Amino acid sequence: MVKKKIEDLLVTGNQRLNKDYFILTLRSGDPLPAIFPGQFAELRVNHAGDTFLRRPISFYDVGREHHEIRLLIREVGSGTRQLGMLGPGDTLNMIYPLGHPFTMVDGKEFLLAAGGVGIAPMLLLGKTLKQAGKRPVFLFGARSKEQMFDLTEFEELGEVYITTEDGSMGKKGMITDHPILETGNFDGCYSCGPEPMMKAIAKLATGKEIFCEVSLENMMACGIGACLCCAQPTVHGMKMACVDGPVFNTKELLW
Amino acid sequence: MVDLQVNLGTLSLKNPVTTASGCFGYGSEYTDFMDISRLGAVFTKAVTRENREGNPSPRMTETPSGMLNSVGLQNKGVDYFINSIYPTLQQYNTVFIANVSGSTLDEYVEIAEKINALPGIPAIELNISCPNVKKGGMVFGTNRKSASEVIKAVRKVYRKILIVKLSPNVTSIPVFAKTAEDAGADAISLINTILAMSIDAEKRKPVLATVTGGLSGPAVKPVALRMVWEAYHSVKIPVIGMGGIRSVSDAIEFMLAGATAIQIGTANFVEPAVSINILEGIGKYLERHGFSSVRELIGNLEMPEGFERFRPKTF
Ligand SMILES: Cc1cc2nc3c(=O)[nH]c(=O)nc-3n(C[C@H](O)[C@H](O)[C@H](O)COP(=O)(O)OP(=O)(O)OC[C@H]3O[C@@H](n4cnc5c(N)ncnc54)[C@H](O)[C@@H]3O)c2cc1C
Ligand SMILES: Cc1cc2nc3c(=O)[nH]c(=O)nc-3n(C[C@H](O)[C@H](O)[C@H](O)COP(=O)(O)O)c2cc1C
Ligand code: FES
Repeated sequence: MVKKKIEDLLVTGNQRLNKDYFILTLRSGDPLPAIFPGQFAELRVNHAGDTFLRRPISFYDVGREHHEIRLLIREVGSGTRQLGMLGPGDTLNMIYPLGHPFTMVDGKEFLLAAGGVGIAPMLLLGKTLKQAGKRPVFLFGARSKEQMFDLTEFEELGEVYITTEDGSMGKKGMITDHPILETGNFDGCYSCGPEPMMKAIAKLATGKEIFCEVSLENMMACGIGACLCCAQPTVHGMKMACVDGPVFNTKELLW
Repeated sequence: MVDLQVNLGTLSLKNPVTTASGCFGYGSEYTDFMDISRLGAVFTKAVTRENREGNPSPRMTETPSGMLNSVGLQNKGVDYFINSIYPTLQQYNTVFIANVSGSTLDEYVEIAEKINALPGIPAIELNISCPNVKKGGMVFGTNRKSASEVIKAVRKVYRKILIVKLSPNVTSIPVFAKTAEDAGADAISLINTILAMSIDAEKRKPVLATVTGGLSGPAVKPVALRMVWEAYHSVKIPVIGMGGIRSVSDAIEFMLAGATAIQIGTANFVEPAVSINILEGIGKYLERHGFSSVRELIGNLEMPEGFERFRPKTF
């Protein structure tokens, strides 16, 4: 197992994508430990009165060459808002790498379905799949066009399909209404986002008898398996989302 | 070098800095970040007679300067503890103290008896104060008669150091501190979490699946400090203080209030190596103030002139 570390990383960039989303670019003074798609970091938030615990955030992208990490973050409360105010020259203290990553399995074509900020772990996953000679197909859902952003980086890896609830971008409706789910010939799927969406993807995968993993967003206090707060009931008993997950095979879940 | 050693009855700890039950796993979760053998002791997650799955999720929510939890004593049971966890603890040069919980008096006694047979565990912390279980736990710790009965029953079978963990959810700490002492405890520890609640106004629903949970973290510190101070003046046995400790100053304050040792809980989640920082800071504090032993801090509080010595009123 890769040793976890606590480190102050240097913020080298904060790119605003839209009203709620931004990408933080961080640099480590040391070579990065092995980081796999689906893993996350626990970030310390300074100067946010209400924020006491660290905040779990997935790895969006990892650039080994320059010891660089990128995080895609959506502002939902005081902690993420404070993170959104970080700029070049600031430091960000984090514990990483944490959690059990997505699994690579046999097959050629994989669906990566995400809603909202569930997109975050999908870039690194898409890159890893592509490097392994597989074909990632992205299906992303959002409330409206305002909640979406430039997806060029994803388009470089594979086809990208979009749904919005109000129809302002891509197909109107929910991810689960998209025709690609029926027409695509997937060997497996990965999903992250609102639970009803992940459940629908899981059901579809079960119907087609294909592999399916989801990344859960249980509330976490420690992120390292010490507090037992992030419990997830599974067919193998109670598991901890921060160490046994956040990625789970849907066959394991009691959905 | 200042002397950091403290005593809980006949049990000597190399220093007063320990980690609280349920907030440090079984120690191994923290070895990536620190040398856990430097700690005075590690209090393990609660152990019950049978396997327990704990409470449904969500079990945690953040509150201003603290958190609520309703984990509910999730663990794999005492036999698993003895066969699978205990052997792994032996690799560390660390004092491990088992936190013992139950739903019935018999359960407490049975676990205590089994753990008494483990040569590597020099003490137990009897948890009669968990607010997150329907039966047992706090029910014992908030009723004087049942507290006394369970402590006496465990005392009969447990030969080593018996620490009783008190609940803050009582009207009078002195009453329960004295009850524990009279029933045979070698030390008392406090506070466990404070029964609390959190509501989501938008959804008009309680946040925790169990509706109520236990409050911990810096938010409870002033309450905990007052209770440790009251306990110290009510009994002759050592008091282990905890509740919201996250800095060197917090730890010193608890010792000045009367704690012989301190436990660090929730703060480990935010800063995994906080206990080592506090340990080093205590050494520096002692040097700076010219103390040669950490024991000189215990209850060393200068009271305002004319202040009548604290006297428990509730007996
Ligand atoms: C393993 C994991 C990976 C994550 N990865 C990312 C990521 O890459 N990018 C990102 O933007 N977010 C991610 N999240 C969610 C993120 O942790 C929360 O949005 C964040 O903690 C909210 O903090 P806050 O102080 O801004 O909001 P708070 O003020 O704490 O809460 C605001 C609202 O956000 C919701 N919220 C709070 N915590 C969580 C949570 N853990 N999960 C879901 N909703 C929550 C609550 O409903 C609350 O009402 C991840 C969560 C987990 C568990
Ligand atoms: C997530 C969590 C789990 C806990 N589990 C236990 C437990 O199993 N047994 C116990 O006696 N106390 C348990 N406690 C209480 C702590 O040991 C401690 O008494 C309390 O949290 C106050 O200290 P703190 O503010 O430093 O956390 C738990 C606390 C938390 C936050
Ligand atoms: S968040 Fe503490 S065990 Fe998972």
